[in-house]
Amino acid sequence: MTGSRILLGAAILGGLGAAAPFTPLWLISLVTLAMSTGLVVCGLIILWRAGLVPFGQALFFATGAYTVALSGRWFGVNDAFLLIGLAVIMAALVALLVGFLLAQYREIFFAMLSLALSMILYGVLVKSETLGSTDGINVAQASFFGMKPRGPGYTFALFWLALGMVFSAWVGVSAYLGSVAGQLAGAIRDNEIRVEYLGISVTRLVHLKLTISAALAGAGGALAALSISHVDPQMAYWTTSGGFVFVTILAGAASVPAAFLGALLFEVVRTIAVALLPGGWQLILGSVLLLTILFVPEGLGSLMIRKRANAAGKGTA
Amino acid sequence: MQRTSVGARWARRISAALLFTSLPVAAVAQTAPAAPAAPPVKLGIVTFLTGPAAGPFGIPGRNSAEIMIEMLNAGKVPAPYASVGLAGAPILPKFVDEAGSSANQVTEFRNLVQRDGMNAVVGYISSGNCLAVAPVAEELKALTVFWDCGTPRIFEERPLKYVFRATPHATMDNVAAARYVLKKFPDLASFSGINQNYAWGQDSWRDFVAAMKALAPKATVDKELFPKLFAGEFGAEISALLTTNSKVVHSSFWNGDLESFIVQSGARGLPARSTMVYTAGETAMFRLGAKIPDGTIIGARGPHGVMAPDTPLNKWFRGVYEDRFATAPTYPAYHMAQSILGLKSAWDKAAATKGGQQPSIDEVVKAFEGLEFEGPSARIRMAIGNGHQGIADIAYGSFRFNKAENKAEIVDIVRYPAECVNPPDNMTSTAWLAAGMPGAKCN
Repeated sequence: MTGSRILLGAAILGGLGAAAPFTPLWLISLVTLAMSTGLVVCGLIILWRAGLVPFGQALFFATGAYTVALSGRWFGVNDAFLLIGLAVIMAALVALLVGFLLAQYREIFFAMLSLALSMILYGVLVKSETLGSTDGINVAQASFFGMKPRGPGYTFALFWLALGMVFSAWVGVSAYLGSVAGQLAGAIRDNEIRVEYLGISVTRLVHLKLTISAALAGAGGALAALSISHVDPQMAYWTTSGGFVFVTILAGAASVPAAFLGALLFEVVRTIAVALLPGGWQLILGSVLLLTILFVPEGLGSLMIRKRANAAGKGTA
Repeated sequence: MQRTSVGARWARRISAALLFTSLPVAAVAQTAPAAPAAPPVKLGIVTFLTGPAAGPFGIPGRNSAEIMIEMLNAGKVPAPYASVGLAGAPILPKFVDEAGSSANQVTEFRNLVQRDGMNAVVGYISSGNCLAVAPVAEELKALTVFWDCGTPRIFEERPLKYVFRATPHATMDNVAAARYVLKKFPDLASFSGINQNYAWGQDSWRDFVAAMKALAPKATVDKELFPKLFAGEFGAEISALLTTNSKVVHSSFWNGDLESFIVQSGARGLPARSTMVYTAGETAMFRLGAKIPDGTIIGARGPHGVMAPDTPLNKWFRGVYEDRFATAPTYPAYHMAQSILGLKSAWDKAAATKGGQQPSIDEVVKAFEGLEFEGPSARIRMAIGNGHQGIADIAYGSFRFNKAENKAEIVDIVRYPAECVNPPDNMTSTAWLAAGMPGAKCN
């Protein structure tokens, strides 16, 4: 990751932030929500590269979202930055705990075990009537360092916050993927025993990857909770996890920015489909995904990488 | 990438061609009708068009909205709604599917208001969606009428300005059920309940138990069963219910769960031991017909459907609905109709104070607060929730299958006045039930 790429990324995100006041409000909330999905997908990429597909990432997503809702409700915490920090810590803590079990497993067993854990959270939330059961609870509007923007100002503030989170996630995850621990992901996928012979504990490495991806999912959940102003157990349900895996397939694991573009594309296609075909929008959504899998099997990110590689005259990897 | 065979490549081309050709065809079929001459009022209608709640609730709601809007635009609704559209302006509806997460619903609500410029939104069956949309409606200052969701929490958690619900909330369903049960079984010793394990089922059971405690303190709770939503198979629960001595079993089941439970419990003889009370049973009565045992207590979340009174408005509504859709309107159709009529009443009232000019949204909001208007099945008073929540009478009855005419009927209908089954304005429904329903007027 070079300095010039960081500058380019900062310039693009800064440009988006500056363009916000001239953009329709509905589009801004839509992009904010897509960014929250992008953050989760960003974390999924870390696991994906090591050959791990969690079908229960909604566990950490919902942990982040409910942390925001309950910190406000029970402890009166109102600052958006503090709320997101708490959500990240809670999600990472949960991952650290369940990681002792999950990091022992690979492939379908990892996928199913993570799914089972997220469904336990779903079951507990559905049974807790004080938390509104399936109806969920509202999240109070947050403040930003003591400032309390309301109306359109709140939508802008959340959008800028989302851009900041996207930038930090992008820089952080790219740095991690470039580090030795990150580069070992491919080696873990291909041959764990060899990695062990290098003197590295694969279990510990997977545990770390899980915790990082959970922290990102927690951040995504917190952002979603703030932007929807409502949390419900559906956030921990397996279809939510499936949605994240879905966007990861759409985006591919090759590039971090693709995670956000994939999430945005998914949300835009969904909303256009709903407007176009009220009684059959799932048909359009399904078709787009089918076409993606047929024609861009390695995801949108592979298009960007391929272009770059072609320009360098090296051919596809 | 050299992985695909010739066959696979062709399969890819053909499937892609099919998908691309089918999409525009489907999209063209959905294009909106030509816009009327006068500036129309844009109305967003949100209801389940797909998924498990579409059949029993979403589609009857959409059908009802379709004919109500068409008839209002044509000025064909009987008095007092004979004037055209909303204060003379025709209604231009846009239908949106309620399926998807509450995040999707909030996004689509913003799209309706901010992108499509809807003047008002009538929507939402799921209580979770209502709770999620309410704060956004307030933020956007968008006039929103919830038409079917049942949770009393909407206006009890905080006062709302731009949100209304003409349809009474779910507390009255269970209070009236308790009153009807005790009229039929004055010496009831114990009762059981089977409800789906999610907010609707839990709230329904909690309200029913609280009402029974207040009305018949000696009756005890036998079995409280909470199978998961859409379980579809209730063998174990039916066995558990067969071991009790409960004369009455309460259930707020709906959709496939309701129908499979009726069929499965009938086969195992549960109705011979216990009378079932289905608070939302009316949606299934025409589909199941003779499969429902005679004497089953049926509710319709209001005096709707066959329990509706024989007023000219109701006769007209049933007539046009049956003509168009070849089936009788069930309670969700009534909920939609009364919500749209409430909006029209408020709109016309606001316009009348301005000499017939189109009112602003804030003026409609002011006119809607505390409004009283005539629905097809009952008079609705926006009496609680600071004038934003409607109350109305409710009816319960017993099912009977008329073999001679091969027709499902409801007999022994008892109508309870609104004040008998709803909390007063200054009290939440849980507090009212816990206090033994003070101030209830039942005559």
